[in-house]
Amino acid sequence: MTDATLDNAPRAFVRTETLPQQPAPLSVAGPLAWIHANLFSSPLNAILTLLCIWFVVVTVPELVHFYILDAVWSGASRDACLADKVGRPVGACWAYVADRFQYFIYGSYPIADRWRVNIVFAMFALGVVWLLWNRAPLKRIGVFYFFVILPLSGFILLLGGDRAQGLLRFLILLSFALAVLYLVLSFVPSLARFWTNPALLAVEQEAPPWKRFHGAKSLILLSLVVFGILAILDDRIGLLRVDTGLWGGMMVTFLISAVGIVFSLPLGVVLALGRRSRLPIIQLLSVIFIEFVRGVPLITVLFMANTMLPLFVPQEYSPDRLLRPLIGVALFASAYMAEVIRGGLQAIPKGQFEGAMSLGLGYWQMMRLIILPQALRIVIPGIVNTFIGLFKDTTLVTIVGIFDFLRTVEATLVDPTWATPTTRTTGYAFAAVFYFLCCWGMSRYSIAVEKRLAAGQKR
Amino acid sequence: MSSIPTETVSPGKASLFYDPKIRGYVYQIVLLAVVGFLVWSAASNAIENLRAQKIASGFGFWNNAAGFDVNQKLIPFSASGSTYGQAFWVGLLNTLLVAALGIVLATIIGFAVGVARLSSNWVVAKLAMVYVEGIRNIPLLLQLYFWYNAVLKPLPDARNSIALPGSIYLNNRGIILPSPQFAPAFEAVAVAFLVGIAGAVAFFVWARGQQARTGRQYPNGWVALALIVGLPLLVFFAVGQPLSFDYPQQGRFNLTGGMQIFPEFVALLLGLSTYTAAFIAEVVRAGILAVSKGQSEAAHALGLRPGPTLKLVVIPQAMRVIVPPLTSQYLNLVKNSSLAVAIGYPDLVQVFTGTVLNQTGQAVEVVAITMAVYLTISLVTSLAMNIYNKRIALVER
Repeated sequence: MTDATLDNAPRAFVRTETLPQQPAPLSVAGPLAWIHANLFSSPLNAILTLLCIWFVVVTVPELVHFYILDAVWSGASRDACLADKVGRPVGACWAYVADRFQYFIYGSYPIADRWRVNIVFAMFALGVVWLLWNRAPLKRIGVFYFFVILPLSGFILLLGGDRAQGLLRFLILLSFALAVLYLVLSFVPSLARFWTNPALLAVEQEAPPWKRFHGAKSLILLSLVVFGILAILDDRIGLLRVDTGLWGGMMVTFLISAVGIVFSLPLGVVLALGRRSRLPIIQLLSVIFIEFVRGVPLITVLFMANTMLPLFVPQEYSPDRLLRPLIGVALFASAYMAEVIRGGLQAIPKGQFEGAMSLGLGYWQMMRLIILPQALRIVIPGIVNTFIGLFKDTTLVTIVGIFDFLRTVEATLVDPTWATPTTRTTGYAFAAVFYFLCCWGMSRYSIAVEKRLAAGQKR
Repeated sequence: MSSIPTETVSPGKASLFYDPKIRGYVYQIVLLAVVGFLVWSAASNAIENLRAQKIASGFGFWNNAAGFDVNQKLIPFSASGSTYGQAFWVGLLNTLLVAALGIVLATIIGFAVGVARLSSNWVVAKLAMVYVEGIRNIPLLLQLYFWYNAVLKPLPDARNSIALPGSIYLNNRGIILPSPQFAPAFEAVAVAFLVGIAGAVAFFVWARGQQARTGRQYPNGWVALALIVGLPLLVFFAVGQPLSFDYPQQGRFNLTGGMQIFPEFVALLLGLSTYTAAFIAEVVRAGILAVSKGQSEAAHALGLRPGPTLKLVVIPQAMRVIVPPLTSQYLNLVKNSSLAVAIGYPDLVQVFTGTVLNQTGQAVEVVAITMAVYLTISLVTSLAMNIYNKRIALVER
């Protein structure tokens, strides 16, 4: 509206066109301003910055030299990593890690049978991806796979021998029997009325036979396939018994953490429900267990499992040396898991409970269908954090004589084949990188889940 | 459905089987029976097994001669004349010593790193982040191995000790410090120190009352410094400096004199405090972030300078968030001190659950006592924390 007046204005100093845009002054934007604001905003900050930069300049090139530039990457024995044999300053001895890599993964597991461990690793990875990947299909079957099929097949594959064969035979028979039962029920649904309610039965009868009793059928099918493959493997190649004394390395580390999570999660749910129960004795027993376990260090629990567990059972059932710490770790983790899950239960608004009850659901139906799905969802980050703690704590089994990954590293350090001045720092660095990558990856995942869960609350 | 007359549905006719009260009783009785059976069978098996292995039971071993020695001991202990009971106290005191020092160190490092992570200084914040992420994601046991086996053990032997300023020597047997020798008159200094603390507390109370009545503020910090540090110093010089140092002497083969701090202790202390500090840093950061920016802006608007803002507005509110998780970190540190057994520091677990258990074979008693100790520490701390928490908790309607 002022344009017209401007055009007519006789005053020549009124600018008629806009100035070209100028970059912001250097003191406000750009790298110099950033440096000023973030590094040298005050004398104290300047001193701190210089100190930190000095620290980085002193340490980082040293570390890079030691672990990368001066490192020895290949060689057959300690001679490759000795400075006076090589004739130059020698840093980390990665040749030793490369040489011992198989041992770090499998421990003393017989070389001919390591494919069994690989299969279990692959199955474990599949289960983890299935459960943790948000968009993976058929989550319910995934849960069944991870918490039932994986432990059983892991046991059969890793241990082998008569016991595993017996268990495998039993499992196949069981799934066959169930499959036959479901097959019969699918075609003759009237038989199912003993435990299905009439309304559901009527719906089922409408569907063609192969679509009836959907959920359970797929679980049975999955177990039939998995155990069938195992049986074929057993039949063709034979699963010889591998004593747990030979197990070691990352395999045992993953085994302990997997057992910890597989058992502690359901146990933790039960304990958390027990702690929130209105029945005084159940509540009291849950509280005693949880507070007792959380009040003592894991080492004492492991010592207890190692020395007292054999006393508590008849001599002939004395638990295996690897089984004892497994029990200890599972019980220990379940107490922590229970507290995490309790936090989730407490975060569920009362209206959810009341709504469920007013629909006529019983306690277990309410928990299974309404409360736990919500509670477990919101505590996924907490569960993952507990699991990170559990994963780091698996190193403590070293103390009761189990060859986990850290112990295998320690064991190779006293081996004269690779005794060099830098072997120890190399071994520890390797172990640190391994644990760091695992734990850091998990914590990234938990942060991502947290963000996803918070997305609903964002405005 | 609607054709059913309502009067037929009356309470009390439901079968006992569906009565939640009765069901509750049944569940609890069944659970009790199961737990009772488990405990009973475990106990009877244990008695059976112990008899078969000819292991004595009961706490009679407490007064038996120990027959082993411990390198670090805060109370007299020797292989020849001491009992298992004394070994227990040696271990417990060592655990408490490393835990107490660890808590102090971890708190200092943790608060510094936590504040540094929030610093506006990019380099400082990033370095603090690297510290926290690096330390938190590596098992404590590996860090202890690192400090003990890779840092302290490769130090030169006693003959080639590294001499630091102040007659401090570093070698693979630990750190050798000048050991203070207290003359009897030193008691006066100690008394002066206690009097100083009491005086400072009394002054605080008085100054607080004055401020409440008149609004006048007193230099609390300076008065406390003068009373707690100045007064003992004054007494120290007044009674003629009753303190001398026994300096370690570099001999031909060994160092003589001085006070030896064992490498196991140093490694454990370093490992525990740096590890726990990373967690404390996160706690502190969360606590500071929990105080909304509006609080400090409002304080500035009221005319408070940055110092008092921090002291009177931000820190009290942040502490409310920090203290509960901080306590659980302290408890974790105490529990993690049991990892001492891995590097051979004679703490409760190493001495008692390790050596004594191996010598006596009385697993049940030894493990039970050890667990009871940790449980007591945990429960007492939680209790104290709950009381403190109640005092500082937000008072709501």
